[in-house]
Amino acid sequence: MPFVANSGADRAAMLAAVGAKGIEELFADIPAARRFPKLDLPEPLSELEVLREIEAMAARNRSSAASASFLGAGAYDHFIPSLVSAIASRGEFLTAYTPYQPEVSQGTLQAIFEYQSMAASLLGMEVVNASHYDGATALAEAVLMAYHNASGRGKVLLPAALHPEYKAVVRTYLAAFPVQVEEYRGDPAAVPVGADAFALVAAYPEFEGELRDLSAAAEKAHAAGALLIVQADPIMCSLLKSPGSMGADIVAAEGQALGNPVSFGGPYLGMLGATAKLVRKMPGRIVGEAHDREGRKGYVLTLSAREQHIRREKAVSNICSNQGLVMLRACVYMAAMGECGLPAAARLCYDKAHFAAELIGKLPGFRVENKSFFKEFLVATPRPAEELYGKLAPRSVLPGLPLSRYYPERKNELLVCVTEKSTRSQIELLAQSLKEAAK
Amino acid sequence: MKIDTNARYQASHEYARKEAAASGGFEIVVGISDHAQESLGDIVFVELPAAGKVLKKGEAFGVVESVKAASDLYAPVSGKVVAANEALSGDPSLVNKDCYGSGWMIRVAPTDPAEWNALLDAAAYEKEAGKE
Amino acid sequence: MNLRPEATVFELSSPGRCAVSLPKGDTPSYPLPSGLERAGGAALPALDELTVVRHFTRLSQKNFSIDTHFYPLGSCTMKYNPKANEVAAAMPGWTEVHPLVGDEGSQGALELIYKLQSYLAEIGGFEAVSLQPAAGAHGELAGVFMIRAYHLARGDAKRRKILIPDSAHGTNPASCTMAGLETVTISSNAEGGVDMEALKAALGDDVAGIMITNPNTLGLFERNIEEIARLVHAAGGLVYGDGANMNALTGVFKPGKSGIDVMHFNLHKTFSTPHGGGGPGAGMVGAGAALAPYLPGPIATMRGKAFALEMPRSSIGRMKTFYGNFGVLVRAYAYVRMLGAEGLRRVAENAVLNANYLKALVEKDFPVKYGRRCMHEFVAMGDIAEGIHTLDIAKRLIDYGIHPPTIYFPLIVPEALMVEPTETEDKESLDEFARVMRAIAQEARTSPELLHAAPSSTPVGRLDEVAAARCPVLCYRG
Repeated sequence: MPFVANSGADRAAMLAAVGAKGIEELFADIPAARRFPKLDLPEPLSELEVLREIEAMAARNRSSAASASFLGAGAYDHFIPSLVSAIASRGEFLTAYTPYQPEVSQGTLQAIFEYQSMAASLLGMEVVNASHYDGATALAEAVLMAYHNASGRGKVLLPAALHPEYKAVVRTYLAAFPVQVEEYRGDPAAVPVGADAFALVAAYPEFEGELRDLSAAAEKAHAAGALLIVQADPIMCSLLKSPGSMGADIVAAEGQALGNPVSFGGPYLGMLGATAKLVRKMPGRIVGEAHDREGRKGYVLTLSAREQHIRREKAVSNICSNQGLVMLRACVYMAAMGECGLPAAARLCYDKAHFAAELIGKLPGFRVENKSFFKEFLVATPRPAEELYGKLAPRSVLPGLPLSRYYPERKNELLVCVTEKSTRSQIELLAQSLKEAAK
Repeated sequence: MKIDTNARYQASHEYARKEAAASGGFEIVVGISDHAQESLGDIVFVELPAAGKVLKKGEAFGVVESVKAASDLYAPVSGKVVAANEALSGDPSLVNKDCYGSGWMIRVAPTDPAEWNALLDAAAYEKEAGKE
Repeated sequence: MNLRPEATVFELSSPGRCAVSLPKGDTPSYPLPSGLERAGGAALPALDELTVVRHFTRLSQKNFSIDTHFYPLGSCTMKYNPKANEVAAAMPGWTEVHPLVGDEGSQGALELIYKLQSYLAEIGGFEAVSLQPAAGAHGELAGVFMIRAYHLARGDAKRRKILIPDSAHGTNPASCTMAGLETVTISSNAEGGVDMEALKAALGDDVAGIMITNPNTLGLFERNIEEIARLVHAAGGLVYGDGANMNALTGVFKPGKSGIDVMHFNLHKTFSTPHGGGGPGAGMVGAGAALAPYLPGPIATMRGKAFALEMPRSSIGRMKTFYGNFGVLVRAYAYVRMLGAEGLRRVAENAVLNANYLKALVEKDFPVKYGRRCMHEFVAMGDIAEGIHTLDIAKRLIDYGIHPPTIYFPLIVPEALMVEPTETEDKESLDEFARVMRAIAQEARTSPELLHAAPSSTPVGRLDEVAAARCPVLCYRG
């Protein structure tokens, strides 16, 4: 039997030691009528057969690697240096638990500390925690954090131009609290922030790619006694102003792009950062430096009194398991890309995306809608974008996301994403294919 | 367990001691008992309200944290917070070292003097805390 | 174990070095948006590739892990994580698939989700399953949201209390708070189960439901489970099942058939996906007929011969972006397919046998408060000699090359040592654990200083957590 260590002879010896006649006897507490039900599952297969079955299923997907893919919208296909998977597949990282016993978890703990340090600098925050489930849950927890921080205020201002799935997750998380979610359009600096608002949320960049300086929005939020929460693209932050430098109090980001494949939507990496004065309101695990009796430096999980295992119903969040290994990949990725590599990759994204926008903008009937963008831009199309997608996908060009998938009324809009992985010839193929498909 | 015999107590382990106010009349100095600081262990953080906050008796006014536990602080009397002990933000261990002295938490201008009188006296609290 | 201090990436950094090579730009360059250019670069290191690989390899060698050490961490189910799972999840046909590629381009992925939903529904006895939640606590939150939504849909807004036994994980009450519900603690009886009188006294028309872990955190099967469900249902409430301990029950008991209305499984515990130093997990949530329409979505379904995604009719909405921790789901799928019905039953049987065997060997030296036959884990107590605490036992185990059990949990057992061996450990490793525990018990009486000084075989000794929390250093400060 796979994955069960002991033989029949071992079991017999152990049952004798326990004083039981048979294994069934160990389950006597379970109501007899419910014990050992039939499970209607397919017959088990050997490892070889299972891997073949899974490979056959995987082959029925359209892989970005086999296509010229310009899909983004919250899941980004960036280059991953080979060493990332080599490190992350080491059993000592892969099969360790949460580092509750620091003396035998210094590897994981130091890696988290290094991640926190690099991520904090990237986002311009003083503290980043050890991860949330994904960018959307990090944002939802950021909103809850701001809500609990400002007693008596009951409104959050959310950009209409936030990723629709992030909006949905924020609404799910807020369902039980007396919070009014108000959506605003356009520049957050132009939004009235009343004394009832605990937070102004801004997307950097917005779902449709638009980029804005958020310094004025920060001033406005702070003048009204509210916090500025920014949802950010971490790779972009290596090249452009960090949210913290513009005055953000809390930053939530999707960190998948930092060394993790798109993997049909998960597992991803929720990054959550804040200013130092908010740290005790912050959910999630945090690692800090510590010393032993001999003065040796080490790392521990710290400020744990915020968390569910200590504070139970009064905890700031219920989060326990996080995205540890995904965070490790982001840590290794940032260390490897480093001070030169990460901005260089960001610069490639920027240039290639702008080249793509230039080509597409010249096509008859197509128009690029953004004033300013990083790697993703919105294109008004002469025919329904879903129709263009349907024509190009079988030809191994995934031209971007038809916005009608989220907003059925926005038929003629296509969200195009270009990363450093796209080549000039793929971009030219995209433009050429769009032109032909629109005829 | 050390007891400040001049103070009164509530079962949730806060003490309340009457002291003369600079402006005349009296104020209530609030902190946690020696028994409480000992059972919490090394205090790592104390969160206190800003001066000016109005408290109702029994209302949670702050939090005290050790590495392994966190405990809400409940107002033993109603009134306005006159001062919070700012030294605790830099050195929360004062609560462990001298809970009735330099480890005090807030000074309250009480609105109802009868509330203080109704608290447990030192002997009653000692008996109560001894049961735990 | 690597005992040498390892410098941080910042200390290893040397200007001008780079571990990666990127393609040269093949397009024109465009000016950055004015005023948005980053002034100083982010504080990232400059390292060559070999230095990065050695640094993280050396760090990895400072960890205990399942692959290297016995790891009997109670309630965490640290079983072997099959390597085939990793091969399956790393296939490019999964990793390179964009979540928004559309149904037509993701039939394989949707098929896997659909099938895993149906397998887990069968194992748990549920009507329907959502694989959205990313972790156990995330599943709990979804479940409590579902209970809340169910009552509100019936126009019953006064049910705001959730009953939780005092032996429960901290995530249970914390999840209730996040769902805007109030926690009412139910005490345990002398046998370690729910105190039925306390339960009856707490039931009323303000109770939304109960959250119950079965087997509970003492490792004991809740014998009154069907009676508890009946009483809660009769009072108009619903029953949430915390599936953290499902490893005792696969193929043995279907919670959904015994009155559990909604439940999560931790795929990173019961279904062998790796813990990854904290995650990612997956917290599938299953529901009976009453709550199935409220499941978080989207979930996979079949339309004709094609697989598709849909939101359940009265869904509480999305718990995260896209479709759950998909890579974790592939691993769990591989595991279920390799085991089948027979194999899953053997998992539970051997998990329970291993725990009972270990309990029999250990309980002479370390008393077990609730001593009846256990399920997949048992809770002993570590204060076996004057001046010795559970923490000392835990730290001394490290010196013998064993990861400590869960300590000081559940809260209702003083000085708790919660031991879960799992079915993947052989008899020899259990015998070795028992031998070590006996040796430590002896040391506790004859040379307690060894325990107080432990561990002495690790890169650092016990760290000063008080100083770390008083003056937190949470980023590298150079």
